Amino acid sequence: MNNAQIEIQLIAALVAAACALPGTFLVLRKMALITDAISHAILPGIVLGFFITHDLNAPLLIVMATLTGVLTVFLVSYTQKTGLVKEDTAIGLIFPALFSIGVIMIALRANDVHLDVDAVLLGEIAFAPFDRLVWLGVDVGPKSMWVVGTVLFISVLLLNFFFKELKLSTFDSGLSASLGFSPVLLHYGLMTLTSVTTVVSFEAVGAILVVAMMIAPAATAYLLTKDLRKMLFLSAFFGVLSAIAGYWLAHFLDASIAGSITTILGMLFLGVYLFSHKKGWIAVWYQQKQQKLEVSLITFLLHIHNHDLASERHIRHLREHINWHDVTANAVLKLAQKNNFISIENGLVSLTDKGLAFTKQAITYIMDNHTEGIESMKQKFFLFRG
Amino acid sequence: MNLETPIAVAIHDLTVAYNHKPVLWDIDLEIPEGVLMAIVGPNGAGKSTLIKSILGIQKPLAGSVLIYDQPFSKQRKKVAYVPQKGSVDWDFPTTALDVVLMGTYGSLGWFKRPGLNEKKAALEALEQMGMLDFRDRQISELSGGQQQRIFLARALVQQAEIYFMDEPLQGVDATTEKAIIKILKLLSSKGKTVVVVHHDLQTVPEYFDWVTFLNVKKIATGPVKHIFNDDNLTKTYGINYKVSLQTK
Repeated sequence: MNNAQIEIQLIAALVAAACALPGTFLVLRKMALITDAISHAILPGIVLGFFITHDLNAPLLIVMATLTGVLTVFLVSYTQKTGLVKEDTAIGLIFPALFSIGVIMIALRANDVHLDVDAVLLGEIAFAPFDRLVWLGVDVGPKSMWVVGTVLFISVLLLNFFFKELKLSTFDSGLSASLGFSPVLLHYGLMTLTSVTTVVSFEAVGAILVVAMMIAPAATAYLLTKDLRKMLFLSAFFGVLSAIAGYWLAHFLDASIAGSITTILGMLFLGVYLFSHKKGWIAVWYQQKQQKLEVSLITFLLHIHNHDLASERHIRHLREHINWHDVTANAVLKLAQKNNFISIENGLVSLTDKGLAFTKQAITYIMDNHTEGIESMKQKFFLFRG
Repeated sequence: MNLETPIAVAIHDLTVAYNHKPVLWDIDLEIPEGVLMAIVGPNGAGKSTLIKSILGIQKPLAGSVLIYDQPFSKQRKKVAYVPQKGSVDWDFPTTALDVVLMGTYGSLGWFKRPGLNEKKAALEALEQMGMLDFRDRQISELSGGQQQRIFLARALVQQAEIYFMDEPLQGVDATTEKAIIKILKLLSSKGKTVVVVHHDLQTVPEYFDWVTFLNVKKIATGPVKHIFNDDNLTKTYGINYKVSLQTK
């Protein structure tokens, strides 16, 4: 690896971590769409600042763009409060208007400025190492590394200071207000932080992909943990991991770095969504299948219990009577046998003592409308689950 | 109540509007210290809005609210609040104990984190609500009744003088209802003021000693045994409640 490669990965990792932190709160506040609005609507602020300073990392530009971002949030909630439109409509009205102003400004001055719409949308992190920060005559590294690093540092500090307040106002804004932690103040604080982060990440990843950097790591972490602090760490971790993996994917495919990072983010989410131990698609599918089989088993036991006649308890008859496919019927019979609930002699099914005890208790729960009791009963009686 | 009982909450000429449509009209209401009060009224009567305006969550169009003769912003620590259970996202990544700890944030103020004392208080409150075994559970893994008990525990931890609760008995199981009523009576017996938005008219005389009838305007307020009658019910709900109370 040469110096530029290391610097690009470092910048990408810093951007990813900086985005993941406020992103976590945005996901929990169900405000993912507002990031999209901010990231587009800051364009006129960036362009104006760029016209004045001719430097994408100039402090003035960052301040102006951040203000445009906060203005967007304000305009969205103001439009919403008129009661004429809902929040999604308000977002859809406000940000394209601001974004298009920015696009027109770029087009009008296209010849004088080095800022094109592609770079705005997708960013170009590969060029970031060319813009150096020289301090006391010494080259201390790429400018954007320092800018993004500073923002990340500030955001870690702020989230640390206001962790409890942000958590409370995100979870329960009513209680937050009544305890004196103004939810409006915290909301705009978080929005300011989101805007600053978006602005400084803009050069690296552009207006569209910054949304993915904010939302995807947080959404992935959300599937894995029940602890807000862990969610923040995981989210930053997934961001950094995708940034570095994405860089190398781009390197081998000779493709856009930002695009590759986002692809990795998407794949990470998909992987966790499918395979996560608790909330994952496969786990849920398996649980549902298990539940269904176990309910079928209880139905089956009740049926046997209700019918003493030998003709009603014959395996053949059961298949016709309960109207199950052979596959289901076999699975249920097998599970019942494995758990020692039934015995089969000459094709006749009868309940064992254990099966009888289980069934009787299940019936009392069902009669008393305490069906949730059956769940704990399963723990006691089942040797094998479905 | 004798004449010397202090007034815990004094509401004068309170009007609240959403987009210029009044949901509370010119409310005058005094809540004496130590009462266990139900606020009853039909849907959209402004019951939740009344509580939110007292707590400064909803800004009124006109009028004033005083908690022990001072504005709410100076009396925050004297007041605990149990919002409607449906007003928060129970999939939030946090545990039962952590939610109860949130009740201590008010006395901590900005920046300060809950420490050992706060944790001890939270564990005690959990125990009081019979929820100690569930302290490390993710809140989404609790039943509706258990979630409501967590909310109650969070209010207990605030060590307040006045408790406002928005429909704490909405959709809870019988065990939770008993546990909550026990706590309400306990608070009341310690001289705390408890104000509960309540929807089950059947249980008002059994659970509460004071009642306020509300339907955008205040219909009546006073001791249950004096004013909980067909006349006020009919005025509040607009139909003859005598019949439905008996047949239910």
